[in-house]
Amino acid sequence: MTDIIAAVTLVPGRAQGQTFVLSEPLSFWGGLDSATGRIIDQWHPQKDGVLSGRILVMKAGRGSSSGSSVLAEAIRRGTGPAGIVLMTRDAIVTVGAMVAAELYGVSCPVVLASEFDWQLVGDSWGLTLDAKTSEAMLQVLTAVL
Amino acid sequence: MALQLSSFDTELLAGIHGEAAAFCMRLLTRFTDAVGAESFIDIEAAHIDGCLYLGQVSLDFVEHLVRLKGRVRVPTTLNVGSVDLIHPELFHGDKEIGTNGARLMKAHEELGCMPTFTCAPYQTMFRPRFGAQIAWAESNAIVFANSVIGARTNRYGDFIDLCCALTGRAPYYGLHIPENRRAQVLVEIESLPEEWSDAGPACVAVGHTIGKRCGSLIPAIIGLPVHTQEEDLKALGAVAASSGAVALFHAVGLTPEAPTVEAAFEGYQPIETIRLTADDLRRTVRDLSTVPDGTPLVGVSFGTPHFSLEEFVRLMPLVEGPKPIVDIYINTNRGVLEELGKRGWDKALEAQGVTLVIDTCTYVTAIMRDMSGAIMTNSGKMAYYAPGNIGVDIAFGSLADCMASARAGKVVRL
Repeated sequence: MTDIIAAVTLVPGRAQGQTFVLSEPLSFWGGLDSATGRIIDQWHPQKDGVLSGRILVMKAGRGSSSGSSVLAEAIRRGTGPAGIVLMTRDAIVTVGAMVAAELYGVSCPVVLASEFDWQLVGDSWGLTLDAKTSEAMLQVLTAVL
Repeated sequence: MALQLSSFDTELLAGIHGEAAAFCMRLLTRFTDAVGAESFIDIEAAHIDGCLYLGQVSLDFVEHLVRLKGRVRVPTTLNVGSVDLIHPELFHGDKEIGTNGARLMKAHEELGCMPTFTCAPYQTMFRPRFGAQIAWAESNAIVFANSVIGARTNRYGDFIDLCCALTGRAPYYGLHIPENRRAQVLVEIESLPEEWSDAGPACVAVGHTIGKRCGSLIPAIIGLPVHTQEEDLKALGAVAASSGAVALFHAVGLTPEAPTVEAAFEGYQPIETIRLTADDLRRTVRDLSTVPDGTPLVGVSFGTPHFSLEEFVRLMPLVEGPKPIVDIYINTNRGVLEELGKRGWDKALEAQGVTLVIDTCTYVTAIMRDMSGAIMTNSGKMAYYAPGNIGVDIAFGSLADCMASARAGKVVRL
């Protein structure tokens, strides 16, 4: 059986990829290298992890609003995540993805999932996001072994 | 909840006020949704933090608005850029950043923004009035406008600040709403180090502590030094907004929304009380330095945030005397530079080996000639960011300590 999870669309689009769950909030400004998609925050437990092409799952955002520029720049360069699942609304992430979509037509959908689904989303191997203007759906993918 | 649009908002979205305004309103609507606001309000002014070059997207965004013939709808000031347009020769960083950074600053002017290029717009002729609804970016400017002036802004930033400026609208949420401005945490200073004659270090220590311990909660502070002035509250707010996400603090008896403790809390009880002693303040100030006393210095930096004329008035008597043996940099803005010129102080400072840095700031860009050793500053904000941003060691001290150290060539305390 495939799990389908309802979510709220913050930035529309479709994406599919392997899940990358941030174990701690990350400030994109000073924390993400837009040239490589790599986490460069010295203090982050997932330092050196690469977000490119992944479905980024984050409980909460953090840090300077300049994070919007860094995320948009990463999406422009093709090093950014394929899509983002938030558990709390975050303006920095939303604006970054929105600007990349408006300026470059590159979509990195952002959806808001319920805390209630955290376990299911966080434990998933991969996710498919289908974020329409009105509503969004997440589909949990299992690894093909 | 549904977003309530005024007829003007609908016109903006429909492109009646131009394609650029429609583009901005679309982004603003999405942002409003993300922060959970339900309507927009008119703003009187905006301050934009988009002049620092963070990659191609910085320039593409503004050039897009220029192409769509965008114009700001309210008086709009600009934060620091990546280069000093008055003294371009000071920049010795990456060529792409230099060229694109200068273009980025010019592109903002083409949208009708004022070329203030300062992180202290509250100390220019564009200082907002008490109670004004504004959309400001730059963390130190936000906290100053809210706290010291009593204007109302949230922590705006990248892209959204400019969207507010081009539409004259901001989402009505957070600190725009009067009842969200009351104090939540009581910060009680029980004793002050008697050896500190200057209010500066005490204010920096308190600011650093509230940033660490209050996060985004609103503190009300009692017991600051009696001679605390606007310049000291500026330093307090700047470091609080660096070590934490403080957007508003009240200083009882000093800031306009806190004539008394009761007024600051509007009759509610504090959810937490933080008590600070002289020893706590001494320890906080000591921890801001990454090197011990006696360490050789390669430079001294003032003016993060940008030095005001009043801060130059405090500095000038300390500049007289033997010429310092290390480089001194002072970040300030064009308005203050003009005032310095009228008084002949720019020449006097130059003669003492001081480099005036305009339009930008020593900790965001490559300006300082020698960064191979420790830098001394009286700015809590500089002390907080410089080790990570530009990779230097920092010694923190009062204005007088910094000048004495500049003459000694090493960290000394008076």
